[in-house]
Amino acid sequence: MKSNTLTIIKKEFARFFGDRQLLFTAVIMPGLIIYLVYSLMGSGIQKMVTEGANDVVTLRVENMPASMAPMIKAIDSSMVIVDQPFDDAEIKLLEDKELNLVLLRFPADFDQRIVQHQDSVPKPLPNVEIYYNSTNNAASRVYLMLNTMLNNYGRPFTVNVPQQEGQRFDQASDESIGAMIWSKILPMVIIMMLFSGVMAIAPSAIAGEKERGTIATLLVTPMRRNELALGKIISLSCIALLSGISSFIGIALSLPKMIQQPESMPEGIHTDVPGDIFGFHYGTSDYLVLLLVIFASVLIMASAVSLLSALAKDVKSAGTMVVPFMLVVMVAGLMPMFQNSVSENLAVYLIPFFNSIEVMTAVFAHNLKWMPVIITLAANVAYAGVAVWVLTRMFNSEKIMFSK
Amino acid sequence: MSEILRVEGLSKSFKLSRKQQKIERTNRKSIVAVDNLSFTANRGEIFGLLGPNGAGKTTTLRMLATLIAPDKGDAFIEDSSIVSQPEQVRAKIGFLTSELKLEDFFTPNYLFDFFSHLYGIEPEVIAQRKAKLFERFGIDKFAEVKVANLSTGMKQKTSLVISLVHDPDFIIFDEPTNGLDVLTARTVTDYLQELREQGKTIILSTHIFSLVEKLCDRVGVIIDGRMIACGTLEEVCSGMTLEDRFFEMYKEVKGGEE
Repeated sequence: MKSNTLTIIKKEFARFFGDRQLLFTAVIMPGLIIYLVYSLMGSGIQKMVTEGANDVVTLRVENMPASMAPMIKAIDSSMVIVDQPFDDAEIKLLEDKELNLVLLRFPADFDQRIVQHQDSVPKPLPNVEIYYNSTNNAASRVYLMLNTMLNNYGRPFTVNVPQQEGQRFDQASDESIGAMIWSKILPMVIIMMLFSGVMAIAPSAIAGEKERGTIATLLVTPMRRNELALGKIISLSCIALLSGISSFIGIALSLPKMIQQPESMPEGIHTDVPGDIFGFHYGTSDYLVLLLVIFASVLIMASAVSLLSALAKDVKSAGTMVVPFMLVVMVAGLMPMFQNSVSENLAVYLIPFFNSIEVMTAVFAHNLKWMPVIITLAANVAYAGVAVWVLTRMFNSEKIMFSK
Repeated sequence: MSEILRVEGLSKSFKLSRKQQKIERTNRKSIVAVDNLSFTANRGEIFGLLGPNGAGKTTTLRMLATLIAPDKGDAFIEDSSIVSQPEQVRAKIGFLTSELKLEDFFTPNYLFDFFSHLYGIEPEVIAQRKAKLFERFGIDKFAEVKVANLSTGMKQKTSLVISLVHDPDFIIFDEPTNGLDVLTARTVTDYLQELREQGKTIILSTHIFSLVEKLCDRVGVIIDGRMIACGTLEEVCSGMTLEDRFFEMYKEVKGGEE
C-alpha cells in the first residue's frame, strides 16, 4: 500500500481511537445497547408467556353435558371445575383481570341437538359460550385448550397428536430449522448494524473535514488525491467493521435470550419445535465467507457514504443525503424474508448490497456455493475501486471541495 | 537574481448562483476574479500582491497553490506547471492562509509528524526540524496540547510551522497578519524576513500598505483581477507614498468610483 494512504489510515485511526467519546459511541455503545435492549425484551417476552402458567383456574360450567364432562376434566388436572349456572353479573366480574376464572355455558339440550344435527334434515348446531379475560394468562390458556377441544369435538380423526414420548412429525432437522430462521433474520440485522457503524463515522470524516476547513490543508500537500480517497475509504471501512462487530456480538449474546423457549411450557400446550434450534451450527468456511462478505459490504457502504459525504457541504447535510440510501439498503435487507431460496441467477450477485445479503442468506441457510461468493467479493471490490476513482475526482473538483 | 515564479496570463471566473446574484444585485451569470494576470518573482525576494478586498489576490494565490485550476494561462514554480504538474508544485511550496485549518483533536507534535510524512521527510530530519521550529515559535511548551486548547495566536503559529515542515523554497502567504494579535503579527513578519535572508522566496497578499513597505522587495497592484502596476516600490510609487499612489491608480481604474 502506498505510504501516504497508510499515513491517512493511521491518522484516521488515531483520531478515532484517541477520542474516547467517539470510540464509546461508535463501537462499545451499539453492542451494549443491543445486548441490554434485546435481553430486556427477551425477559419481558418470557415473563409474559410463563406468567400465570401455574395459576389454578376455576372453570364454572353451566349445563355440563354428560358427553363432554370427561374431556373437559382431562384438559388440565389442576383446574377446579364447578358445575353451576352463572348470570350476566358474574360475567361482568371477569373484567377483574386478577380473577382466574373461566365461564363455560352449554345449551341445556346440547347432546340432543348434536344428535339432531346428524339427522337427515339437520337442525342448527348448538352454540357454546366461553367467557374469559384475555389479559389473564391462565384464563387465556384454559380458553385456548377449551376452544381447541370443542373445535375438534365430533371429528372422526385427530391430527398429529403424539402417541409416544418424543414423537415428532416435522422431519426437518434442528439444524435446518435454525438455519431457516437465521437466514431470514440475520442478513438484515447484520447489514443494518454495519450501516449504522458507517453512519456513525463516515459523514464527519469527509463532510466534517470540509466543514472544519481541514480538508484544504490536506489538499495542499503533494499527496495524490487517490491516496487520500483510498486512505479514507479503507480506514472508514475498518472502523465501521468494528462497530458492526460490536453490534453483532450484542445480537449474538442477546438473541438466544430473546427467542428462547420457556423452560417449562404450560400443561396442555404442545409444540413440535425442538429446544436447541437457536444454536449456531456453522463451520469454519461459513464464518470465513461471512467475514469476507461483511468486509466487502462495509467497503461498499463506506464508499457510498463517503461519496455522499464529499458532496455534502457539512455533516448535517451529509446525514440528510444518506437517509434515502439507507432506505434502499433496508429494503434490500428485507428481501430474504420474502423469498424461499437464494437466487440461482449469477447476474444478481453483481447488484451491490443485495449480493452481500444473498450470500449471507446462503451461508445461514447452509446453501453456500462458491461462484456467487466470488462474484460478490469481486464486484464489491470493483465498485469500491470505482468509488475511489470518483472520490479522487471529487477531491480534485474545486466546486465540490470549496463551494460554500 | 534568478526567476523562481513565472505567471503567464492567468484568468479565473466564478459562476454566480441565483443567491449570489441577489446578494451582488446583478444579472451577470459569472464574475471575473482574475483577468489575464502575468508577473514574475525572483529567488530570495518577498513579492507583495496589494489590492482591495475582492481584487483577486486570494484567487491568484489559490491557483498558485493548485487548490483551484485557472480557466486560462499557467504559472511555473521552478519550472513546474501548476496546470500539468500540480503534485510537483505542491511539493515545492508552502501555503498558509486562514482558510486552512488544523484538526482540533490533534496536538502540534502529532500534526508536524503527520504532515512531514505526507511530504516524505526522513524521520531524523523531522525531529531536527520540529525541534528548531517549535523552539523558534515557542510551541515546544504546547507540543502535546490539543489544537482545540491552544490560544488563537498559538494556533496561527502552529499553522505557520506546519506549512513549513518540508522547508520549501517558495512560500505563499495569504494575508499573513490577518486576525493576529500584535505580538504574533510581529513574530510572523520577523520570521518572513528571516526566511528571505535564508534565500527563500515569499509571495504574500495584503491590503495593508505598511506591511508592503516594511517587507516587500517588489509589489504587484491588483484591482478587479488585473495587474495595474508591478515592480520595486520605487518603480511603482514614482516618488509618492504607496498609499497615495495606490488610490491614484484605483481612481484611474474605477473612474472615481469608491
